[in-house]
Amino acid sequence: MRRTLALIALSLSLLLTACGGAPAAPAAPTAAATEAATAAADAPTAEPTAAAAEAPTAAAATEPFKVAIVMPSGITDLAWSQSMYDALKAIQTEMGGESAMTISYSENMFNVTDAAAAIRDYASSGNKLVIAHGTQYGTSLFEVAADFPETAFAWGTATDAGESAGLKNIFAYNAKAEEGGYINGVIAAMLSKSGTIGVIGPVEAGDAKTYIDGFTAGAMATNPAASVNKIYTGSFGDTAKAAEAASTEIAAGADVLTGSAQQVVGAIGIAKDKGIPWLGTQSDQSSLAPELVVATQVYDWDSTLKDMFAKINAGTYGGTAYNLTLANGGLKIAFNPGYTGVSPEIKAAAEAAIKGISDGTIKALP
Amino acid sequence: MEQLLTIGTLLGVLHSMIRLATPYLYAAIGETLGQRSGLLNLGVEGMMLMGAYVGFYVVFTTGSLLGGVLAAALAGALLGLMMALVSVTFRAEQGISGIGMYLFGLGLSSLLFKLTLGTVQSVSGFPEVPLPLLGSIPGIGPSLFTHSVMVYAAFALVPLAAYVLNRTTWGLNIRAVGDNPQAADALGVPVAAVRYATATIGGLLAGVGGASLSISALNIFQENLTGGIGFIAVALVYFGGWRPVGVLLGVLLFSFVSALQLWLQVTGVGLPSDLAVMLPYLLTILALAVSNRRAGQPSALTKPFTRGA
Repeated sequence: MRRTLALIALSLSLLLTACGGAPAAPAAPTAAATEAATAAADAPTAEPTAAAAEAPTAAAATEPFKVAIVMPSGITDLAWSQSMYDALKAIQTEMGGESAMTISYSENMFNVTDAAAAIRDYASSGNKLVIAHGTQYGTSLFEVAADFPETAFAWGTATDAGESAGLKNIFAYNAKAEEGGYINGVIAAMLSKSGTIGVIGPVEAGDAKTYIDGFTAGAMATNPAASVNKIYTGSFGDTAKAAEAASTEIAAGADVLTGSAQQVVGAIGIAKDKGIPWLGTQSDQSSLAPELVVATQVYDWDSTLKDMFAKINAGTYGGTAYNLTLANGGLKIAFNPGYTGVSPEIKAAAEAAIKGISDGTIKALP
Repeated sequence: MEQLLTIGTLLGVLHSMIRLATPYLYAAIGETLGQRSGLLNLGVEGMMLMGAYVGFYVVFTTGSLLGGVLAAALAGALLGLMMALVSVTFRAEQGISGIGMYLFGLGLSSLLFKLTLGTVQSVSGFPEVPLPLLGSIPGIGPSLFTHSVMVYAAFALVPLAAYVLNRTTWGLNIRAVGDNPQAADALGVPVAAVRYATATIGGLLAGVGGASLSISALNIFQENLTGGIGFIAVALVYFGGWRPVGVLLGVLLFSFVSALQLWLQVTGVGLPSDLAVMLPYLLTILALAVSNRRAGQPSALTKPFTRGA
């Protein structure tokens, strides 16, 4: 009995550390959806706003555009989930608030089964667009999408807009993380005095891997003698492990750090304590270490989302695979004015690399 | 590969090991006291999360590190008291109520985090201070003996807990209650009171262990900051044969392998990262499977006490 309990405890811990995510709290999409419905009832006569005016249908002018999103981490993760949530909020404000667009969300849905239930609930509660913000939700999304042909679905990081399954109501989006990774690599190699750069990755997959590969390529192209040390924590959300990985990188000689996924807040905390410059990705991370975050590759979903909205309002519910790139403005390198160590040469090199990647003369992945 | 075998790397591994061991030690020593009195607390993780949050919040708002530790201890102790109420007074199934306590701590700390902080913030936590004399030994001084006060306190807990358990009347009562509550009761030992006390102290230590992350090792708070440390701590109590020194050895071994796998990756040995991150857990499973120390198990563990039953 006791041994069994010990094993239960151990397997629980394994499960938790392996996923690195909280077991998702029971989804409450229905409650959120009800709220949204109330909001709609409260403001049935809302003035059509500029953005909503793009939508030609009468329905769009009188009832809000309902969007729901399922995310693997929190909306304040300073990374993947926040990048999308912030973009939705910005568009909502631009469109004229809740009367023009409602956002229902379920965060910390690391458990795919829970996420699938939430996706289905959102689809059946009248949302026009349901976003499954994670590659892992793909299978569930395709199943649900087949049952709701009048609802638009979107997912990413992905490039499959449903053609393979014969579905016409799926959008896919993909961030070419390697592009900004390359730029960050160039900056890191120029900032580093020791020639050793530390990378804290989650697992070797998805946009984390492409970011890190691009970063390595950029750093090596700038300083072929540099060594880029990588530690993968095996988790997206294990803040404590990311912190220890950062300490280890620093102890091993790294004087510039970068990393990916929501776990990096732990690593940024250590970088701040030790005064090590940090290069970020996904969401602007300068709020956490205003003096040490050099630059962040920001995922800007704004134009992707607006294009989806316009297509949906025009009656097309899917079929497009979007790419965020430096060239189309979906990826931006946001320099943090609080960090003072960026010389004009570094800025010029970064801009030259951005230009090179945009016009195709530089390949971000070797 | 040769970089892995240098003294510098070895000292780096040891430094990481000591730092990594800290939250596990607080939680596992607290859990040891509880289990020796017959109480299984699977909710350690939730108590750590609450301690981590409360400690962080107090330091964030007041700047007082001592205040943060005390608040974390208080939060953990309150949850420990709740755990005792549920499993001693209400005689609930301990495995289940522990999971409930974990979910409660996880949910409440996440909710409070969102309501009060909203986004990840950082504080200046406990600095690393070299121990007098020991800290100035070349090599191992900076590696083994230069840490924060929270780290030293965690290690000091081990002999303290061993002393209390083995050399004091109170420790004798704890062991008696855990092994044979009927006999202890017949001899006038207040079974319920002893278990209330160990559960509260266990919660208190778990809370401080959580704070050792949020205001000493990481200096940030994020939802689910502990990421499973509390559960590993419970497993390490079994591993350590319910003896504080055994638990210490288990914690050190686990932390050593955790630190080693980070350094394996940094030095580019070529071990796949997926395999590297598995190492500490594989080792724990192996050790649990081969160790057979039934002798150390408190006989009344997980059994609620009913007089005369």
